[in-house]
Amino acid sequence: MGIYNNPSVPILSIITFIPLIGALFIVFFVRKENATAIKAIATIVAAIDFVLSIPLWIYFDPKGTGARLFQFKESFDWIPAIGVKYTFAIDGIALLLILLTTMTGLIAIYSSFSAITQRQKEYYVLLLLLQTGMIGTFCALDFFLFYVFWEVMLVPMYFLIGIWGGERRLYAAIKFFIYTLSGSVLMLLSILALYFFNSDGIPFLNIKGLGHTPTFDVLQYHNIGHLIPPTLQFWLFLGFFFGFAIKVPMFPFHTWLPDAHTEAPTAGSVILAAVLLKMGAYGFIRFALPILPDGTRQLIIPVVVLSIIGIVYGALVTLVQKDMKKLIAYSSVSHLGFVMLGMFALNPMGLRGSVLQMINHGISTGALFLLVGIIYERRHTRMIAEYGGLAKQMPMYATLFLITALSSLGLPGLNGFIGEFTILLGAANRSMVWAGFAALGIVLGAAYLLWLYQRVFWGPLDNPKNQNLLDLNRRELLTILPLIACMVWIGIAPGIFFDTIKEPVDYVVLKVDPQYYARLAAPAPEVVATKAPAAVKPAPAERIAEVR
Amino acid sequence: MSWNDVVVLLPEIILTIGASLLLLGPFFTGRPKRSTSMSLHPVEEPAAAANTGASAKWWTLALLAITAISVVVCSSLAEGMTLSASFSQMFALDAFSIFFKLLFVAAMAMVVLLSDDFLRESRYSTWEYYSLLGFALCGMMFMASGVHLIAIWVGLELMSLSSYILAGYYKNEEKSTEAAMKYFILGAVSSAILLYGLSLIYGVCASLNLLDIAKVMSTLTTNNALMFGIMLLGAGLCFKVGAVPFHVWTPDVYVGAPTPITAFLSTGSKAAAFAVFARVFYVALPSFHLDWSNVLAVVAALSMIVGNLAAITQTNIKRMLAYSSIGHAGYILLGIIAMSSTGLRGILIYTVVYVFANLGIWATVLMMRRHEYAGELIDDFDGLHKRAPFWAFAMVMFLLSLGGIPPTAGFIGKYYLFAAAIQAGYGWLAIIAVLMSAVSIFYYFRVVVAMYLRDGQDAEVANSTSLQLVGGIALAVTLIFGILPAPLISQVEQSSQWVATRAAELHGGR
Repeated sequence: MGIYNNPSVPILSIITFIPLIGALFIVFFVRKENATAIKAIATIVAAIDFVLSIPLWIYFDPKGTGARLFQFKESFDWIPAIGVKYTFAIDGIALLLILLTTMTGLIAIYSSFSAITQRQKEYYVLLLLLQTGMIGTFCALDFFLFYVFWEVMLVPMYFLIGIWGGERRLYAAIKFFIYTLSGSVLMLLSILALYFFNSDGIPFLNIKGLGHTPTFDVLQYHNIGHLIPPTLQFWLFLGFFFGFAIKVPMFPFHTWLPDAHTEAPTAGSVILAAVLLKMGAYGFIRFALPILPDGTRQLIIPVVVLSIIGIVYGALVTLVQKDMKKLIAYSSVSHLGFVMLGMFALNPMGLRGSVLQMINHGISTGALFLLVGIIYERRHTRMIAEYGGLAKQMPMYATLFLITALSSLGLPGLNGFIGEFTILLGAANRSMVWAGFAALGIVLGAAYLLWLYQRVFWGPLDNPKNQNLLDLNRRELLTILPLIACMVWIGIAPGIFFDTIKEPVDYVVLKVDPQYYARLAAPAPEVVATKAPAAVKPAPAERIAEVR
Repeated sequence: MSWNDVVVLLPEIILTIGASLLLLGPFFTGRPKRSTSMSLHPVEEPAAAANTGASAKWWTLALLAITAISVVVCSSLAEGMTLSASFSQMFALDAFSIFFKLLFVAAMAMVVLLSDDFLRESRYSTWEYYSLLGFALCGMMFMASGVHLIAIWVGLELMSLSSYILAGYYKNEEKSTEAAMKYFILGAVSSAILLYGLSLIYGVCASLNLLDIAKVMSTLTTNNALMFGIMLLGAGLCFKVGAVPFHVWTPDVYVGAPTPITAFLSTGSKAAAFAVFARVFYVALPSFHLDWSNVLAVVAALSMIVGNLAAITQTNIKRMLAYSSIGHAGYILLGIIAMSSTGLRGILIYTVVYVFANLGIWATVLMMRRHEYAGELIDDFDGLHKRAPFWAFAMVMFLLSLGGIPPTAGFIGKYYLFAAAIQAGYGWLAIIAVLMSAVSIFYYFRVVVAMYLRDGQDAEVANSTSLQLVGGIALAVTLIFGILPAPLISQVEQSSQWVATRAAELHGGR
């Protein structure tokens, strides 16, 4: 597999643009009546993409630091006049997110075969375009390029919700688009201000530039981050915050999410939950935190308060939902609150948990949406009250749903537990109050998921419409089993995941808090001292095993 | 008058002669005998009109091609001078004007192609129409070349007078006549205001040459007459570009005028006004930048806010585009306010992007036209993706470009303008600008919703080769410059260099 070691092969670009090429092929060479061929091509393209992306992990060197932190690098001039380069490179965080993307992309396409009956050609073309946008966003290491992919993604998602969505699809689609766009244009302004700070400065605001060559290279900004004056950092962070927090989404910018999730077709919901929501958190880790350490510290309390509100409020709202998809959508608000809380603990433990929880949430919530989609396809309703006693009629479905729900609520042995536990450790290290609220969120999470399970699967099977439901067919099983396998894998052996993200997380911690490890080494207060071994010699798998 | 003078103005001379000859077209191609009377009468036999109309189109396109070639040839003949000014420093054939002249010719050629079907169906006479377009183009080229306020003013008037007539070309239609009347009266007032401003500036500076004015101004301190003159000059130009609060004519004229003329007004005419705006403010007025930039910033902010918010509720696509064009005028003003090389490049790039995306949209609107005013409601676009997949896709790209979403060229344009605003310290203005471009997506996507998300009518669409050509060119420009903007940017850097340098000399290098 020399192509992964060979620097002259742009493997990341290949993985990014294969879906685009597949989409163009379908547009130009397949007639729209030929649905079978369209489905087959789309699936094959997504499968090739997935298969190509797996060896990335094998050839990825998790010990790479410094210049080796970002690997598989490819770079050439794109718009030399303003210093834009086409730079692709990934670290461990991006690597896992890309794998998540290619996997859920394949599953999303495969799961749509029977759900989508209208305008199939456009549907699969848009899914493939979306795939290119998402992978590109995670690969891009140039602000301009990143922004381009970030925005390009919106258009296919808009159409996916708007054409194949539920009853209020038009409203949900435009709301999704406008919310995300408003945030990202503010982020663009922050990027521009950074750009000028790095080069000529902004004389009219008395901001002296550093006089470097104009560039959009993200790593350059990682290096000059600590030179940015605090006031400017505050405003720049605010710009990034709007861009990313809307995407995450954090309370109070979350209102587009229940609408978009609920109205989107199943595959759209899966991709939204699994990948799109991760982009906000990814943006914080990749850009906002390392570039603006001071801004991060200035705004840590507001962000954490919003995260905690998101956790608790999201969970409480989830409790009262009558619509299954909406329930899962609000549970995402709560789970993403965890991700943000762990991240803003700003210690290795919290950040590691945060990153892992991003992956976990993608797998578990993606699976939940898939499962709800399966039942929706049979009954065309998502109302919890319409169901009851399904466990008798669909035992396999009920089992898989249970495993997924347990993974989502954080049962030890499944993936959710590892992420939430690590986040709790990180948060507790920072403040017991944060951890307390987070724990409350976990309890509420168990409540709403188990209550949902109870209402849908247990009790009498009294609705006559439910009495002839078929259990999962082979295709549905095939879409859901890989996700279940991942849940168990991460739940039992998360070591390889933690190893992969260790270096990038340490890098972010050092950028945002350069003294962190120095403080640990020095004699310190008791709380920190007990945590010190975990941070200095992090072998998380064993550590969590100890705890258990 | 020297040889150099002739070379500098040769394209305009050729164009003027050609446009005059177009008036004589009917005598050479044998028009029905009846209509030897005054111009603008509907021709009675449609078949005959179609014949003469077709050849008029080809003659006009040929004339435009010759003009474009002569611009290129003359610029190389006049080489060796960064600025070849002629007629006592009134006209310049510099890189800046060549850029705009070629853009105008391209836009005008597309307007001619757009007009073809419309003229055939409406049975109004064609030769005068094309001749007037030719004179309008001539005015625009004068405007781009003018380095003397009177020369600019004369060019502006030539363009405006032709536009007034063209806006009323549906002379039997109330809407069209009303539009022409409004446009004429308001336009005449604004021209007068502009002229008054020029005279005040002349009174203070004792010259109308932009370079002389700049030189004199750099020695002056603020005084009321001069400020008043600059304000009036700015007001007149704001009227021409349709910026708030001088925008009220825009929606009515855009809706009332025949659609190809609306296309012309919203692209070529606007681009010409911005060429003048940029040249005058960058070359002549940098010394007083601090005095006028804040006023202009308020104008830009209002334009963006009013234009984009008012566009939300429109049901007629021409009216919606009229309001959106007010918003776009606001964006381009950012480039003027910034007064930097980034800003000037932004103006040039955005003008190109905006002109082509808009022409593409107008081509689509014309393709939807069934009778004179039909096909203008957003509802008429329902289900277009089934009837005309290419057009629906192209329309989405044009709208995304206007909204500034990558990978279309609009993003590159917006990037430059926003960057210029940030660089100039106008953070608040940039925030308004980006939020308003998010708002603009809302109403642009109402068209997208109609095309893709609603079920359609079965009505035919009037597709034709010339419309497809315009749509294809516009789409190619929108996508190619969106994905590979480097050639456009380097061209723009060359073209704007001289003007940017003049500004920087007086304004402190930025």
